[in-house]
Amino acid sequence: MRAAVRLAAWVYAIAVYGFIFLPVVVLVLFSLQATSFPIPPFTGPSLRWYQAVLADARLTSALVNSLLVAVLSSLASVTLGFLSAWGFARFVLPGSALLRGLITLPLTVSYLIIGMGLLVLFNWAGVPKSLLAAGIGHVVINLPLCFAIIYSQMGDHQINIERAARDLGAAEWKVLLLITVPVMAPAIFAGFFLSMTFSWDEFVISFLLTRFETTLPVEIWNLLRSGLNPKTNAVGSLVFAVSIVLVVFFELTLLRRKPA
Amino acid sequence: MSVSGSNPRALPWALVTPALAWTLLFFVLPFIAMGFSSLTAHEGGGFTLANYSQFFADPSYWRAMVNSLEITAIVTVISILLAYPFAWILAEMVPERWQRLALMLAVLPFWTSYVVRSYSWLLVLAQNGVINRALTGIGLIAEPLQLANTRFATVTGFVHFFVMLLTLTIFANLKQLSPSYRKAAADLGAGPARTFLHVVLPLTLPGIMVGAFLTFVLCIGDYITPQILGGNNELVMPQLVMMQIGRRGDFPLASALSIILMAVVTIAYLACARWLKIERA
Amino acid sequence: MSAPLVDIRNVSHRFGQLPVLKDVSLAIEPGSYTILLGPSGSGKTTLLSILGGFVTPSEGKVFIRGQDCTAVPPAKRPTTTVFQDYALFPHMSVGGNVGFGLRMRGIDGATRAAKARDALALVGLAAAFDKKPHQLSGGQRQRVALARALVIEPAVLLLDEPLGALDLKLRRQMQDELKAIQKRIGTAFVHVTHDQEEAMALADHCVVMNDGGIEDEGPPERVYARPKTRFSATFMGESTILAGSVSGAENGIVTVSTAVGPVSLPGAPPAGDTVALAIRPEHLLLGEARGSVALGAGKVGDVVFQGSFKRVLAASALDAALQFIAKAPASATVQAGDTIAISCNARDIILLAD
Repeated sequence: MRAAVRLAAWVYAIAVYGFIFLPVVVLVLFSLQATSFPIPPFTGPSLRWYQAVLADARLTSALVNSLLVAVLSSLASVTLGFLSAWGFARFVLPGSALLRGLITLPLTVSYLIIGMGLLVLFNWAGVPKSLLAAGIGHVVINLPLCFAIIYSQMGDHQINIERAARDLGAAEWKVLLLITVPVMAPAIFAGFFLSMTFSWDEFVISFLLTRFETTLPVEIWNLLRSGLNPKTNAVGSLVFAVSIVLVVFFELTLLRRKPA
Repeated sequence: MSVSGSNPRALPWALVTPALAWTLLFFVLPFIAMGFSSLTAHEGGGFTLANYSQFFADPSYWRAMVNSLEITAIVTVISILLAYPFAWILAEMVPERWQRLALMLAVLPFWTSYVVRSYSWLLVLAQNGVINRALTGIGLIAEPLQLANTRFATVTGFVHFFVMLLTLTIFANLKQLSPSYRKAAADLGAGPARTFLHVVLPLTLPGIMVGAFLTFVLCIGDYITPQILGGNNELVMPQLVMMQIGRRGDFPLASALSIILMAVVTIAYLACARWLKIERA
Repeated sequence: MSAPLVDIRNVSHRFGQLPVLKDVSLAIEPGSYTILLGPSGSGKTTLLSILGGFVTPSEGKVFIRGQDCTAVPPAKRPTTTVFQDYALFPHMSVGGNVGFGLRMRGIDGATRAAKARDALALVGLAAAFDKKPHQLSGGQRQRVALARALVIEPAVLLLDEPLGALDLKLRRQMQDELKAIQKRIGTAFVHVTHDQEEAMALADHCVVMNDGGIEDEGPPERVYARPKTRFSATFMGESTILAGSVSGAENGIVTVSTAVGPVSLPGAPPAGDTVALAIRPEHLLLGEARGSVALGAGKVGDVVFQGSFKRVLAASALDAALQFIAKAPASATVQAGDTIAISCNARDIILLAD
């Protein structure tokens, strides 16, 4: 009986793994297709579709745009998030709970609605659609995330550490730079990398707020209109690879910092 | 000269003001703008409630909201039912030293671009895609099934994503549970089933609620998955919103529909608020 | 006599509506080891925070070396604090931690390193310079925190329950070292604790606090032998407390009527006053009328073997609410259930106004 339950559990786990990996495997496999349709039977392996992607100036420039927007918007998010988390955790501010709620509020709102709101606002204000507009939207979605992560990690122990630094004569900006930032580094890293992956992946805000120059997910979306195409598989696999590199890097840096 | 030395009151505000200003300027203000827009007539401007009454009067609009809610509910329930046992197996049966790797693998496709993820499911579910080829190949069916462009496809795409998300949150929850609870329950005479039912499940319920709420918010607001996998046979709210912008440039109606969607999410948030506190450790 | 190093004048403090310090005045002499002793909630830690500059009192003034420091921030006053959790900077080496205060004062790297090494040598950790805090044991971290605070040569070193996180044996060992270091460098130490043994072992000047006020202060020997209040008599060491009222006062001798009968002892309060008599455990004598004051019979409730002595708890046969706490030699044969005569000598009785 017990053995049967164990077996069933393993079968179940393997089935779920199968479900989770099925689309990814199909995606990557048919990106190596030699013929023009990413459907069975498999005719590869061939790298022709990867060559096609790299030769496509629209896709490569979209990739650069995506990275640019991801890095810059994440830097802005993590900076604003860190400063506000520090302010709220260390000082008694009137209406603190309410203001913290305001900062985390965008977490509960769909990206679509955030994008819509910005679209309407920018439309009225005469701000043209651009990568900058999309980047602003990405900060709106990632700032509350960075704030929540960093704020949740600011424990009371760190309050004493900062006090000790002040007591030993450190000016406020030195406390920030020499003590708080290094001590909070894991949370700051976590916020930054999560923002990176979310921004890198984000579609709807970029779709609504950019026009000529756009980000990779929007460009991939444009590719989809031509139906199933191994070139889409190839670019999708590349995007996946970049995400995986980010995630593995993130895991390793954070894991190494954690004492066993 | 230290900042605090010159004016101790100014520093905390200097720290929190940029984030607050950003939120007000690019989150609250757009919302107000959207509110105004939703009360404006598309043709010629001027105050009107027509955009809202249109939603309540037109059954096809209603239908989109019902579809959204139905799909979200189905996805949330299926995802939790699939993810909980999976997270349990990872947390309880996989040896400690492999757990991190097992979890990382289980959520790896989580990090693929979601446009790409939906597209990948299209490859799997298409008329001549992997599943249909496999089933016809082994002779189980004669004609390919209509899998893509259905509600089934939308739900599959969503469940795929949310199983991973919920596995993460539930796994974290199970691991946080002190083993002493279970030992205490066993010590007091509860068998594995009763320990689970009376101790583990109630203690992990808050984590499930957080996961369920995330699923709800992300699912009901997503445009990509229903658009790519469900197609235009059955519209959901985000598709309806995007249609107003895309085809007709009708910002006022799109705004009104967004606000209605937002209201539904807010109601769900208020219902779960007590489980969703963000607090300092 | 010179002015005190630290002069706390009529300090009161409230957290919101809650008063935590009520009109506290205290002088700290140069080179002294002052202990603030009290239970949690007595205001001792708040008083230390006010000294350190982390809290500005609601009322009153703090003078350090004659200067009004009441609202001076921590960095700008001649005090440094050793925090209860040590608050070492986890991302810096031990040397970096100890040198931090000097670095903030713009002292060059070489001088800094030399001074940090000296300070580490002072606390017996010369070899730990390049280690990270997490590689050290609790006791070692404690020493690093001490070295870090001392290296900038404060006029007053403030220690917030510095030994609280250590196990008993290490605590006693660190006590001795703290005292030795303080005597060597001559800096005034102000040390907060709730451990009365720690207080007795370390203090030149012991300040017993309760409920936001100072109950008693003075050399620990005096505070123990002649506590000024009932709280002090029970918090700094144990006491048996006999409640009573003065029935006669004549020629410096008072007679107090208590539940165990009249007790005569030297004292001044007029007839009619309610008083309390405190007797230290080691002054209670068990067995046939050995002392000058008979305290009636007691029924022994519990005998706890403590190694060098036995702690005996006995309920008075005359008043069941009265508990005697006595110290008997380890060889005593007294057992739970025995009924035993209890007495003491008049000179050992502490007369407290109630």
